Amino acid sequence: MNRLFLNLSLLLLVALLFAASLMAGKAWVPFDAWFSADPRWWIIAELRFPRAILGTAIGAALGLSGAVLQGYLRNPLADPAVLGISSSAALGAVASIVLFAATAPLVIFCVAMIVACASMLLLAALAWRSEGAVAFILAGTVLASLSAALTAFLISVAPNPWMTAEIIDWLMGALTDRSFGEVQLALPFIALGCALLLFTGRSLDALTLGEDAARSLGVRLGVVQMLVVLGTGLAVGASVAVTGIVGFVGLIVPHLLRPLTGARPSALLLPSALGGAALVLAADSLVRLSPGASEVRLGIAMALIGTPFFFVLLLKGRRASWI
Amino acid sequence: MDLSVTDLSVSLGHRRVLDSVTAEFRPARVTAILGANGSGKSTLIRTMAGLLDPDRGHVRLDRRYLNRISVRERAQLLGYLPQDASVHWNVGVREVVALGRLPHRSPFAGPSQADAMAIGAALAATNTNHLAERDMHALSGGERARVLLARVLAGEPQWLLADEPLASLDPVHQLGLLDQLRTLAAGGMGVVIVLHDLIQAARAADDVLLLKGGRVVAFGPAREALAHQPLRDAFGVEVMVVPDEQGRLLPVPIGLSA
Repeated sequence: MNRLFLNLSLLLLVALLFAASLMAGKAWVPFDAWFSADPRWWIIAELRFPRAILGTAIGAALGLSGAVLQGYLRNPLADPAVLGISSSAALGAVASIVLFAATAPLVIFCVAMIVACASMLLLAALAWRSEGAVAFILAGTVLASLSAALTAFLISVAPNPWMTAEIIDWLMGALTDRSFGEVQLALPFIALGCALLLFTGRSLDALTLGEDAARSLGVRLGVVQMLVVLGTGLAVGASVAVTGIVGFVGLIVPHLLRPLTGARPSALLLPSALGGAALVLAADSLVRLSPGASEVRLGIAMALIGTPFFFVLLLKGRRASWI
Repeated sequence: MDLSVTDLSVSLGHRRVLDSVTAEFRPARVTAILGANGSGKSTLIRTMAGLLDPDRGHVRLDRRYLNRISVRERAQLLGYLPQDASVHWNVGVREVVALGRLPHRSPFAGPSQADAMAIGAALAATNTNHLAERDMHALSGGERARVLLARVLAGEPQWLLADEPLASLDPVHQLGLLDQLRTLAAGGMGVVIVLHDLIQAARAADDVLLLKGGRVVAFGPAREALAHQPLRDAFGVEVMVVPDEQGRLLPVPIGLSA
């Protein structure tokens, strides 16, 4: 399929889902109530608009970093979780809640970002000079396990049930009640991280031939690794720092799009960013429509929607060549 | 443009794999590097490609030190065909060949006229034009080897360094690929290949470098290096030298040396 056509279609899809995300919810706000004195417009301007922007941004960050990591590690199972960035950012958020009793988004965001950056540096140090993908995966897995263990420890020492509920929000991911304050905090980091990740395209293409061949083509593996670590750390770290862990997006979006773009990693980057944004917007609109007083958490919804969908895709494409 | 190594010593981990190797490779010739398993063949060719840093000594390209040449220029001058012939994603053949142009392309620019021409020429030279629209995972081993060679040729390098290009090819494709390499050398390219097979080396190579335990046992014209004594020294095998119909002397291994 023509790349420009695909990207424009995905862009259109994101725009439509963005609009749908502004309309959908417990209170349905049709288009004729927009930009008017209608009190429902306030719901859009103050509640749903920042939420839709965040959904777009974290979806793009997760989809793009998933595509980059699958290309970099040459493994279709890779996603941002393998680097332990998401779990360490969540650890930071949980730690700020338990240790400082933080409720302000700014404090939680800062602590989450600091822990995410620290784990990023640790990752770079652990994988330093090896330049190979295996050391990188091992280092990421170790970090993810460490973060998960520390998070579990913090939950077990949390002094009251309110904190536990708050912590669960971070571990399951939610876009509920996010304001422009969070948008302003996260957006610059996500944008910078995504920009760094987009620079890796050609190196990822060269890496399909293996590390030696890529180096002989002039690819500096150390630089690529830095771009991947920094880009994922900033984009995914900031995403998790405002929404908590939203899994699956980084794993399935590149898989969904690979049949359309072809297997070349660089051709997959931009479509995956757009596809991730579309998927998160769609899932976030759906969770708002769920019956009951409280919403289904975004991370849970994503897994519930994603798993069967992915399973069908795998069954259908068992013999497909792109896996 | 000469490619030479001087007093080259390389370690992998704590093990010294190459020990003061000195050799001068000449363009427009096929040079085969031979030796038993673990003798340092791959390490030598990888160091020549700039992929390993020597402990001592240096690689020179036309009297310039290889480590002083920018990564980009090195990639333009030296084409390296690794032993591992796998392609990780099911990429299209033309896209794989186009990867060979990476050292010539400026960042974020699309492919130029020169790129398209070099890709076309590489496909034609390796007789892979008819495969151009296929996907890599749909190719046979022999086709894949030719496409990966086309990938290197698309970069229009002065030197082709190939690590065991014949591994996993049947005799027909082995002969075809060796013919291809001879044609390239006849066109002026310097060709250095790591080989296992003495007979193939005698057929295809102008010069032969014999390695044993990381040291040079013999280096010279194939006829001299593939004689009884050097092969006894390098491999510990006795050979029977048989002339082929073109008068080349083929060393056929017949047993272990006493």
